[in-house]
Amino acid sequence: MVSPGSSVTDRVRALVAAHRGDRGALLPILHRIQAEFGYVDSDVVPVLAAELNISRADVHGVITFYTDFRSEPAGRTVLKLCRAEACQSVGAEQLVAHAEQVLGIKCGQTTPDGSVTLEQVFCLGNCALGPAGQVNDRVRGRLSPARLDALLTETVNR
Amino acid sequence: MTTIYVPRDSAALSLGADEVAAKLRQAAGDRPIQIIRNGSHGMLWLEPLVEVVTERGRIGYGPVEPEAVDDLVAAGLFDGADHELCQGVVADLPWLKDQTRLCFARVGVTDPLDPDDYVAHGGLAGLRKALEKTPEEVVAEVTDSGLRGRGGAGFPAGIKWKTVAGTPGPLKFICCNADEGDSGTFADRMLMEGDPFTLIEGMAIAAYAVGASEGYIYIRSEYPDAVRTMREAIAVARDQGWIGEKAGHRFDLHVRVGAGAYICGEETAMLESLEGKRGMVRAKPPIPAITGLFGKPTVVNNVLTLASVPAILAGGAAAYQELGVERSRGTQVFQLAGNVARGGIFETAFGMTLEKLIHTYGGGTRTGRPVRAVQVGGPLGAYLPADGLDLPMEYEAFAAAGAMLGHGGVVVFDDTVDMGAMARFAMEFCAEESCGKCTPCRVGAVRGVEVIDKIRAGQDPDDNLALLGDLCELMTEGSLCAMGGLTPMPVRSALLHFADDFGPGSPNGGGHR
Repeated sequence: MVSPGSSVTDRVRALVAAHRGDRGALLPILHRIQAEFGYVDSDVVPVLAAELNISRADVHGVITFYTDFRSEPAGRTVLKLCRAEACQSVGAEQLVAHAEQVLGIKCGQTTPDGSVTLEQVFCLGNCALGPAGQVNDRVRGRLSPARLDALLTETVNR
Repeated sequence: MTTIYVPRDSAALSLGADEVAAKLRQAAGDRPIQIIRNGSHGMLWLEPLVEVVTERGRIGYGPVEPEAVDDLVAAGLFDGADHELCQGVVADLPWLKDQTRLCFARVGVTDPLDPDDYVAHGGLAGLRKALEKTPEEVVAEVTDSGLRGRGGAGFPAGIKWKTVAGTPGPLKFICCNADEGDSGTFADRMLMEGDPFTLIEGMAIAAYAVGASEGYIYIRSEYPDAVRTMREAIAVARDQGWIGEKAGHRFDLHVRVGAGAYICGEETAMLESLEGKRGMVRAKPPIPAITGLFGKPTVVNNVLTLASVPAILAGGAAAYQELGVERSRGTQVFQLAGNVARGGIFETAFGMTLEKLIHTYGGGTRTGRPVRAVQVGGPLGAYLPADGLDLPMEYEAFAAAGAMLGHGGVVVFDDTVDMGAMARFAMEFCAEESCGKCTPCRVGAVRGVEVIDKIRAGQDPDDNLALLGDLCELMTEGSLCAMGGLTPMPVRSALLHFADDFGPGSPNGGGHR
């Protein structure tokens, strides 16, 4: 019988193999792992280290350097709100405060029922149509508190 | 057959362009229509901007909300009929007519992924011209054009290329820095989404000029649409034989995606990240042109620098050099953002005043309140006061005013802005995004937040202001790269022009986050 642990290991090895010809392939591999499993489990660190012939410290160092790589699964909906200057000029801070209040969590946290993860982000490249946000990889513009509420209701209840 | 354009640019998508396109298809019923998903013209306040091809030209309607489609179609949108959202012939709008578009010539006009459309609108002319010349002549052409790096630092592109060309080696790289992390900038994203072939062509020319065989485009993960479009465009370009095995000269191109680290927009941190490492800044020298990606000679240029190259080769260095002022030659793609009534892309020769851009074209603030502060050049750029906007937009004039033109991103704030809070945010941002390699940046930013908090709370303001001044000087002089080195710029400019906002009873102050 195949234990879950070994199937993950096999899958990680396969992902590494798919990037065998790429230069400096660790980031693309980590992106694929996260896309597939939703997060980068600490169990994959030794596997990646062995496969890529680098130290476990190197792999751990890369995973923890980049904010994109999660150490645990995110909520079913990931809401990112931009807090950079252009969005601040049109009320981003108030929007973030509103989201924190409505969801009952702070930026960087997930609601207890696992439905929404709220994150801050610095710039989504939608600076003329702020405040900007991203709901599960889709950029949204001109987010008022009311528009955000409607969007959350629509996304979370889907 | 009626042809309709609905942008696929993510700014347009952020306000429902996909839903608009779907509704248009539905509303067309039996009427044969063809919907082309173009890039955005850069008049972002009009997005989603729907265009209908008529014998008068492309008639625009915007901003079109999905709910408004049925009404528009009933009013005769498919025939270009008048309506309160009708903007007339898009190409004749003053915002577009007054621009000089070289980099953005095709953005919004063409189907971004249609190679025939690209060639029909002047695409490949630059690469063809380049291949008729020797690599040395191509480098000379770029040098003569006066093109300076568009990423912010403004280093002459031709000199960088010449260094790489002159460094012998069997393997050289072209790396495009598309880690556009600065608030108030979106031109790189819009070009990649709206005319990706131009970037590919620019990179192919660079590769030919310096003898590079591999290229990487490092795109931030916050831009999923740009990543998709760029990857599709590269596949098309390979298929067309513009790059890859079928191309006349050996050059292939890959997209790499960042992972949420602002510092990877710094060129050496980006190289580390491309090598699969933490995005830690490298000490320079050695410079990337000699010891770059995997230690090989590497051109690192910004998206718009490389995307300017095809037009320079096609039109000649002299024509490009004729545009602009002083040592700022050619055009710059200005980005108008933040609290502005009409935000978007404005490509024009260097030299127009900031005042004109913000008030004449931008129409002042979105809220209708007076402009109070403007930040130019991203989070590391200075804040300018409302009475200091009569400044020609060129590198040296900005430097002389203690500011930075950078990549031409302009963020407008109205009179409700708390500049003490913005100064604090500059430090907070640096603390959040510092790579941690050098102490002035890693520790200085954290201390900066603390000392600004003390000043704003009224604790020994004179001593703490002196301390903040010292800290800013130390960060400026002692940091390894521009992150720590320029963070003092917004802080000091805020202190200089908006000192009142730093006291505990300041008019717009009101507390910290």
